[in-house]
Amino acid sequence: MALFKKSKDVAKERLRLILIHDRIELSPHEMNKLKKDLSRVISKYIRVDQGEVDMNIKRKSGSMVLEADIPIKSSKSS
Amino acid sequence: MKGKSIVITSGKGGVGKTTITANIGTALAMLGKKVVLIDADIGLRNLDVVIGLENRIVYDIVDVVEERCRLEQALIKDKRYRHLFLLPAAQTRDKSAIKEKQMKDLIQGLKESYDYILIDSPAGIEHGFLNAVSGADEAIIVTTPEVAAVRDADRIIGLLESRGLNDPQVIINRIRSDMVRRGDMMTIEDMIEILAINLLGVVPEDEDIIVSTNRGEPIALQEKSKTGEALRNIARRIEGEELPLMTMGKAKLMDKIKRLIGIS
Repeated sequence: MALFKKSKDVAKERLRLILIHDRIELSPHEMNKLKKDLSRVISKYIRVDQGEVDMNIKRKSGSMVLEADIPIKSSKSS
Repeated sequence: MKGKSIVITSGKGGVGKTTITANIGTALAMLGKKVVLIDADIGLRNLDVVIGLENRIVYDIVDVVEERCRLEQALIKDKRYRHLFLLPAAQTRDKSAIKEKQMKDLIQGLKESYDYILIDSPAGIEHGFLNAVSGADEAIIVTTPEVAAVRDADRIIGLLESRGLNDPQVIINRIRSDMVRRGDMMTIEDMIEILAINLLGVVPEDEDIIVSTNRGEPIALQEKSKTGEALRNIARRIEGEELPLMTMGKAKLMDKIKRLIGIS
């Protein structure tokens, strides 16, 4: 799979992880743990798609912001 | 007059800071602005060569701060534009020859008589960089579409913000449309997304930059050069004009046709 990935997408993905680490000194391993913990807590209340959780550290007017993109599983009952 | 001082920096070396500084300075002079370019890379002076003024240096920035000459004596007038000046770095000294306060005072003085003071920062994040940044009102970060350069740019953004230089603008240098099309180079959008920052301009990779640098004539002087136009557009954006980013729409269409008929 990785073989067929465009090299610029590989660069982008690597950069994203590098910058998270540089910006808040969180290792990729800790970041993954955080992702898991976060989706576990949220899934107590809402049904979420744990595999699709996406997290990012962004700059916003001078300070850092943690952005989490957590897709909610569609449920017909609601 | 109250001019504006802008530092051009990058973190990583070799991304084109000096070439960009020389060209933006020239392009601003072409717009009729009074401009001083300061080479803040003490010990590794290069801006003089890129702009073709190396033979005219008598005094340098260290001579000015150590009061061996007056500021006006050290400013070298450009060959082509009489409102464009270079304040060269010292070649035989090191970064510690100037203190932040001295740099600040120097720039403050220049702002009285010039529209723009462009400061060409050395690579790195040490003393030389801090000096270069100390007197700047604004910052331009030069980066290339490579992992290491973008990483360093991000680090520099953080350092600038911690020193109160918010909202730096970014120039993406050496973009190659052919590689972008193949998916082998990050796109402009990719880089804006990653850095979350304002884009001041995009400069394509161009052999002609080497040719023009060989001659000591900034490419911004070449009316017909696309790269020159990209650099002149950056100067116009600095002047407050709103210009769309140059797209390679036409070239793209031509390439598509070429590919269709199999000659590319």
